[in-house]
Parts: sequence; C-alpha cells; structure tokens
Amino acid sequence: MTDTTNQGFAPGTRPDLPPPVSESGVIGWLRHNLFSSWWDTLLTLGAIYLIYLIVPPFVTWAFLDATWNFVPEVLSGEKSPQISDCTSGGACWIFVRARFGQFFYGFYPDAERWRVNIVLILLVASIYGLLAERVKNKQPIAWFFFLIFPILAFVLLYGGFGLEVVPTQQWGGFMLTLIISGIGIVFSLPIGILLALGRRSQLPVVHLLCTLFIEFARGVPLITILFMANVMLPLFLPPGVEFNILVRILIGVTLFASAYMAEVIRGGLQALPKGQYEGAMAMGLGYWQMMRLIIMPQALRVAIPSIVNNFISLAQDTTLVAIVGLYDFLNIVRAGSRDSNWIGTEIEGYVFCGVVYWAFCFAMSRYSMHLERKLHTGHKR
Amino acid sequence: MAMAQGTPENGVANGHSHHHVAFWRDERKRGLAAQLVVILAILAFGWYLIANLLANQERLGIPLGLDFLENVAGFQLSFAVLPVTLESPIGRLLVVGGLNTLVAAFFSAIIATFVGLLIGIMRLSHNWLISRIAATYIEIIRNIPLLLQLVFWYGGVLVTLPRPRDSLSAFDLVYLNIKGLFMPRPVPEPGAGIVLIAFVAAIGIAIGVARWARQRQMATGQQFATVPVNFAIVIGLPTFAYLLLGRPIAWDVPQPGAFNFTGGVTILPEMTALIIGLGLSTAAYVAEIVRSGINSVSHGQTEAALALGLKPRWCMRLVILPQALRVMIPPMISQYLNVVKNSTLAGFIGYPDLFSIIGTSQNQTGRAVECVMILMLFYLSVSLIISVIMNWYNKRVMLVER
Repeated sequence: MTDTTNQGFAPGTRPDLPPPVSESGVIGWLRHNLFSSWWDTLLTLGAIYLIYLIVPPFVTWAFLDATWNFVPEVLSGEKSPQISDCTSGGACWIFVRARFGQFFYGFYPDAERWRVNIVLILLVASIYGLLAERVKNKQPIAWFFFLIFPILAFVLLYGGFGLEVVPTQQWGGFMLTLIISGIGIVFSLPIGILLALGRRSQLPVVHLLCTLFIEFARGVPLITILFMANVMLPLFLPPGVEFNILVRILIGVTLFASAYMAEVIRGGLQALPKGQYEGAMAMGLGYWQMMRLIIMPQALRVAIPSIVNNFISLAQDTTLVAIVGLYDFLNIVRAGSRDSNWIGTEIEGYVFCGVVYWAFCFAMSRYSMHLERKLHTGHKR
Repeated sequence: MAMAQGTPENGVANGHSHHHVAFWRDERKRGLAAQLVVILAILAFGWYLIANLLANQERLGIPLGLDFLENVAGFQLSFAVLPVTLESPIGRLLVVGGLNTLVAAFFSAIIATFVGLLIGIMRLSHNWLISRIAATYIEIIRNIPLLLQLVFWYGGVLVTLPRPRDSLSAFDLVYLNIKGLFMPRPVPEPGAGIVLIAFVAAIGIAIGVARWARQRQMATGQQFATVPVNFAIVIGLPTFAYLLLGRPIAWDVPQPGAFNFTGGVTILPEMTALIIGLGLSTAAYVAEIVRSGINSVSHGQTEAALALGLKPRWCMRLVILPQALRVMIPPMISQYLNVVKNSTLAGFIGYPDLFSIIGTSQNQTGRAVECVMILMLFYLSVSLIISVIMNWYNKRVMLVER
C-alpha cells in the first residue's frame, strides 16, 4: 500500500517482489518473536539458559541414566526387586514396574482383577460413545451408562451373584481414584442443578436453605468435610448402625462437589436472557417443563466448560481421601515408596503419579476448550 | 402443571380472582404448602439426628461441651507462633494452630501474588519463548493435584538438601540445609523502639507527601517525583535514627553447632515446603486471572491511549491496569480463600496447622462434634473476613474507575 506512489512502473506492470528475507520465513519469525529488540533478545537468552538448566538434567535422569529393566535374578524368580538393583544413577523405574499392579488395583485380589478390567472397558467404551461426534444415536448409550452401568459396575467390583465379595477395604490405587471421582461427577451434576434452581427459587424457605448449604460447603475446605464424614457422621446414626467409610466419603465428596456445581450452573442460568423464561411461560409451560425443555438445555450448554473444570478439580481433590486412611492412587504410591525395599524412590513415584494425573486432567481441559470453541460461549475478541 | 397456565408465575394477582381456583392449582398456596412440608421435614430430620447424637454420646460416655479445651494437651508442636509446652491446654494449642494456619497462608498468598503476576505477564509477553515457558508452567501446575505437589516438595525436593555440615550459605548469614532455613534474628536493644517509631513516622510522612503531590497535580497539573522521594524517606529516616542512636539493633546470627545451627530464626522444612508448594501452585491460577484480566480490556483502549501520546508504560499503568483490576479482583478473592482452605493439607507434610492439631485433639479426647464445629467455625469466619475486606477493596477500585 505504501509504495503505490513514486514507482517507476506503469500500473499493473510492477514485478511482484517477494517480501524481504528478514521479514518472512523462519528468520522473520525469529526476528519478530524472539529478537525484536535488545531487551527481547536478553529475555530470549535468559529463557534458553533456564531451559538448559532444567531440561537436559531431567532428560538424563528420567531417560538416559534410568533403570528400566529388572536384573536377571528377579526375572528368574530368585529374589524380589529392590532399590539396590538400580545402579545406573538415574530414575529407578523398576519400582513403578514392580508395583504397577498395586498402583492400579490397590489390594484387590489378583484372581479377581479381570472384573475391574471389564468395568474399565465398559466405562471407556460408553464415555467414547457419549462424547464422540461420529456416534449419532447417543440415547441408548446414555440409558445404559446412567442406569445399567452403575449397578453392573457395583456388582462386578463388590461381588455377589456368584462372584466373590471383595470388601471395599481392599479397593485402592488408581481404580479407587476413578471410582470416587466418577461417582462424585455423576451425582454432583443433578444435585448441583437442583441446588442452583433452589437458590434461584422464589420460595423464601427453599432459597434460604439452598443458599446456606452452598455457602457453607464452599466456605470450608473439603478435608474438613471428609473429617466430619469420618468422625462426626457415625455419631448421628442410630446406635448399632455401621456405615461403610467409603460410602461416607463418597457422600461428603458428592455434596461438596455439588455446591460448586450449583454455582457454575447458576452462572449459566443467569447468562440466559429473561425473554427465554417469559417465552416459555407464555407458551403455557409449567415450571419443571420450562426448566427441562427450555432453560436447562441452554444454561448447561453455557456452563459446560466450567462444569468440566469442576470435574478436573474434583478428580484432583480425590487425593485428600488419604486423610481418612483410604489408599487412593497418590496414597498407595506414597506408601509404596516407604517400603523398606524401595527407600529413596519417592521422586520416581511422584513423577509417575504426576504424569498420570497430568495426562488425565490435561485431556479433560483440552476437551473443555474444544467444547467452548464448538459452542461459542466464550467472549471472542 | 400445565393447567396452571392462567396464573402468573409469582402469584401476585389479586386475591379475589383466585377464590374459585382449587388450592392445589394456586401457585402461591402450593408454594406455601411445599415450604411448610420442607420445614417440617427438616425439623423432623434434625430432631432425629440430635436424638441419635445424644443417645450415642450417652452410650459412649462422652459429654458435650467445650470444657475439654482446658485439658492438658500433652503433645508437642514442631512449630508454633506462640510459645507452647507439653502442659499447655488444648485451647491454647488450637489458638496456636489457627495462627500457624494464618501465617502459612499469608506467606503463601504473598508468593502466589507476586509469582502469579510475573507468570501472567510472561504469558502475555510478545516473546514466544517466554510466553511458552509461562504456559507450560501453568499447564503443569494446574493439572497436578496440590497434595502431590506438596509431598513432592517435601519428600522429593527438600530431602535432597545437604546435611547441616555441608549447608548452603549466603554471606555466612543465611544457611539452608535439610533441617531448615536459618536466618539472622534482630535483637532489640534500648533505643530500638525509636527506630521503629522513625519507621512508622516515615510511612506516615510518605503517605502525606503522596496525598499532597496528588492534590497539587489535580490543582495545577504539576507532577512530583513521589516514588523516589518517598523511597528515600522510608529507607532514610529509620537508617538515620539507627546510626544516630549508635546501632541499637543487634543481629543474632545462626552459628554452626555440633549437630545443627543455633541462634537466629529457623524456618522448618515443613513450613518451607508448604509455603513454596501452596504459593507456586496458587500462582498458576493467579497468572490465569492476570492474563484474562488484562485481555478483557478492549484493545481499542490501548490504541486510544497510545494515540493520545501516552508512553507504553503509562498506558499500562493509567489505562489498562485500572480497568483490568476491576475484572481481576473477584476471582482473586476466591484464590486467597483457596489458599486458606488449601493450607489444611499442611498436616500431610507435618506442619502443625489448625486442622492437624484438631485431628490430634479429637483423637485424644473423642470430642468429634465440638472439634468439627470449631474447625468449621474457624474456616467460615476466615472466609467471611477475607471476603468482606476484599469486597471493600473491590468497591474502592470500582469507585476510582467510574
């Protein structure tokens, strides 16, 4: 645009010169993004130095110098693996290999672990069916997932109907983390919807109760609610009635999560223009019909990214169940690295645990960003 | 439900137009009935729970009441803000626990704010590499459970620090080893109070100068170099008093002993791990708040400010930040609340915060109900106080803005 004047060419005859090398391609990109001024150059060099300080030592420790394989005596069954087998100076990954079954299934009996695998396969398959865009008819999958699957999973995991009973004390590891977060996610959503509707209700008693509950649950740390479920709840039950500790924890986690869910859904409800309510009422819909057919589908759509974010923090918060003595994924890894055979493997355990958590949560957050883009609920600039 | 279509939703129509409608079709009466049922159900349920509680307490022989707070606790704390002994009553330990929680949360919040601000600004940098480093930091921290981060700092990183004999040291004043961080402690001597008074007075004068400079700028448009002048006053006045009075503050420098350092201030590794872990974790969330706050200011504001001839630095300070702050404050409130709530994880790494002390007390006395009540009351009131303070600040910022 700037050089339309003062050129020695007749209009239309000017040869199209390529842009200068310094402004395009790799060099142009580098000049614009890394070396645009002396200050920028300084920052870049500092950043490169920082990466140099962190990345090569980590790669050396985790990959190049790491011990990946058991020593021959272990493979032939002469001795059990231990920390002293790791002589290479890097990470001792055989700790994770040796303990992998326990990290995943907890103390679930070896012979019964196929039951956990079946539940996991069903879970992954139905989640894929529910989320994948190429599966068109989601209704039967949803019915299966929300009605049949929970019962089936319970029977498979706990036992009964001819299967050996595995008491919940033996559940643990990654499986327990999945169970707690899964149940928390599935139940906190409907309870959260009801609480959000209750908070916006015009009935003063319902409004007050829901507001009190939500503000209370959001005002205290999750760990205190778990503590309450552990030590105080049994005192409120009739004498002689015993309540499984896992069930108590699940109730605590679900109620806690549903308060946060309620606030997110309330945000979605507030984002709807009033005309939607008025239109639904003018059509002669009753309160529940209006909510089910008009309001909730739109409000939930707006709230989906935040709902997924809540799921992520719920999955991370399940690590706190260690306070009541449950062996979730993190707790069982911690316990494993305190084993006298494996003293000094804490960093390996935490890095493994962190990578697994990171992969799951990162996938979920990417999915939520994808949804946000798909649904156009963000404020575009 | 669909039959109620003739009635307005909130039922505020004239009473006489309803007299022919059956009461279950009248929205207002139905609402009243439903609320009555809810109240009765809750009362009945509450009565049932309390009856169970009383029966259980009687069966177990545990009375209700706060008298156990005066019992001797009989356990020691590894860190306490106020002095405690093995003979201290449980009540005092709980007070100390609350203070321990607040101290740890306060320092974590400071780290979170500054690191978060830094990372947030890095994330917005035009330098690709810097922005990617900040993004990586945020994505790693936010997708790993906080508890895992804390035990990693405590059990993974801090145990690799050297033993006391091979401590890392800075100028032979500050030492860092596996037993903690050792720093010099100021010991006041006669006259130290005057230095303190000089410091307070300097801050007062600085505020006065700032106010005067502002008024003068408003009235005449003349600017005044407030920042360097105030900096000189706040640093200079106490230093002058300190030198004039013949250095009335001595420093108790940590000395290497047989097994560990003696003297000075010690910060235990539990506390270091908690503050670092909690602070760096919250920083990632703060960074996202800073980023979205600055991004939320329309780009036209920047362009207009630059077109008016403001330099980029002033454009940021006078145009972008005041508007971004307004967006950032509500989420920052909830981050500070989160810091206090997340400090309950301290018990996992052996820092004696209120929650872990309550846990031990409950274990010893069996007073579950009272302990849970105290715990909830503490966190609810801290939440309330922080929200009130931050909302007050929020209102002030809003007023400045509009």
